[in-house]
Amino acid sequence: MTCDLCGKNPATVHLTEIIDEQMSELHLCEECARKKSASMDQQFGLSDLLAGMAQVEKPALKEEESAVAKCPNCGMTYADFKKIGRLGCGECYNVFKRYLAPLLKRIHGSVQHAGKAPIKSARPAKKKSDIQELRARLQKAIDAEDFEEAARLRDQIRILETKKE
Amino acid sequence: MLLVDFLKHNSEWLKGTGPNSDIVISTRIRLARNLDKFSFPHWSNKQQGERALDTVIGGISKVNYLKGSTVFKLSDMDAVDKQFLVERHLMSLEHAQKTDNKAVIVDSEEIVAIMVNEEDHLRMQVMQSGFNLYEAWNIINDIDDSISKELNYAYLPDWGYLTACPTNTGTGMRGSVMLHLPALVMTRQIDRVLAAISKLSFTTRGLYGEGTQATGNFFQISNQVSLGHSEEEIIENINGVIRQIIDQEKQAREVMLSRNRTVLEDRINRSLGILKSAHIISSQETTELLSMVRLGADLGIIKHIDRSRVNELFIITQPAHLQKIENKKLTAEDRDLKRAELIRNRLNL
Repeated sequence: MTCDLCGKNPATVHLTEIIDEQMSELHLCEECARKKSASMDQQFGLSDLLAGMAQVEKPALKEEESAVAKCPNCGMTYADFKKIGRLGCGECYNVFKRYLAPLLKRIHGSVQHAGKAPIKSARPAKKKSDIQELRARLQKAIDAEDFEEAARLRDQIRILETKKE
Repeated sequence: MLLVDFLKHNSEWLKGTGPNSDIVISTRIRLARNLDKFSFPHWSNKQQGERALDTVIGGISKVNYLKGSTVFKLSDMDAVDKQFLVERHLMSLEHAQKTDNKAVIVDSEEIVAIMVNEEDHLRMQVMQSGFNLYEAWNIINDIDDSISKELNYAYLPDWGYLTACPTNTGTGMRGSVMLHLPALVMTRQIDRVLAAISKLSFTTRGLYGEGTQATGNFFQISNQVSLGHSEEEIIENINGVIRQIIDQEKQAREVMLSRNRTVLEDRINRSLGILKSAHIISSQETTELLSMVRLGADLGIIKHIDRSRVNELFIITQPAHLQKIENKKLTAEDRDLKRAELIRNRLNL
């Protein structure tokens, strides 16, 4: 059996759901299942898939250090996150930043928000700081494999960062 | 507003109007938002969940745009009522399970729906008829701005809006377009199209959302990536992809009309014939046949039935809708009888 999505690789992940009188089946290869995981909810083992991804990531710190990392706001440990694939609160993102960055990069291909900001937020809304703006452009240049532009932007960011310090 | 009042009108997204409505059923944009410092719903105890629910409802009640909306607390609702909201695409299937401290807030025209304490504290959606991403974005952007003045969102400048699942981090935005692609299915081109879009980080789902297989030639296509691009860029991307699919479907329809017109007319009219005369019919068969009737209406092969009537039938023939219309519990067998009767009545006018 081949994957329902790509039609190329053998299907190894099989999902069946019965909603009222309708049964639906989906057969996916591992690659498509991972891509699709973003849209599937817990009943389909999304957390397992994500947790699997978190485990594949090379930890930025040593294993024992990540195991003891714990969010002071909600009490979630990084081990909890690896098990259930969901963060405990907004603060977890700060606490687990070093481990989450590679995971976000892998899911989204980027670690720089480029969208809107809440209006009430004390942080700058809509108008991004120069550095943020440059980082967003740097990401785009990298995506477009425009390495000359990327190098130029990287240098600009460095200069601004030294000035700031 | 009571649930039965919804039955008196067609939801905005079912009107069958708006750009490209011969191929695009509806457009939806949803934003995921969370309260700063609060534990996410899955990680909350009963008291925390209650406090989050009260905080969100309190904040939203101050937003002018949402003044006329109704708050449905799920713990007060029975299974049929919850299913009814799922069938109208006002909330997710996941939201209907384990209903402690959950609510859904719906405006009277069913354009805006906000799930409280689903996977995130707020999951707000705007639905529009036809292919209308920019309009939907303008509405939801305004509502989000207004709510953000009342509630403190969990947000980091680098990573944007913080969500329970890292797949939604960043903009927290998912744009989905519901497409009717019978010609691409019949000409066996659909797999190629879906394979191509999955390479571009888009997902495809069925008519009833997450985890359902596409039936009746309906496909819901949405963006996968939410971090690293602005909302407008994401919308632009979806727009480009959907435009191409619309063009391909149009071409496939033209090819079928010019090469196989009689076969096509036969299939469409047989479908209508079955719907007009069946006495027992499942919802699966109904969806498949209605898909053909809709194609007939869109191509002018069926002249006396318009799109909005077909759209309405898709929804009111669903299990919970049938039971709300009959105002009693019906077994699956009863529903198949009632469904057939309802369809006969509506189509034999």
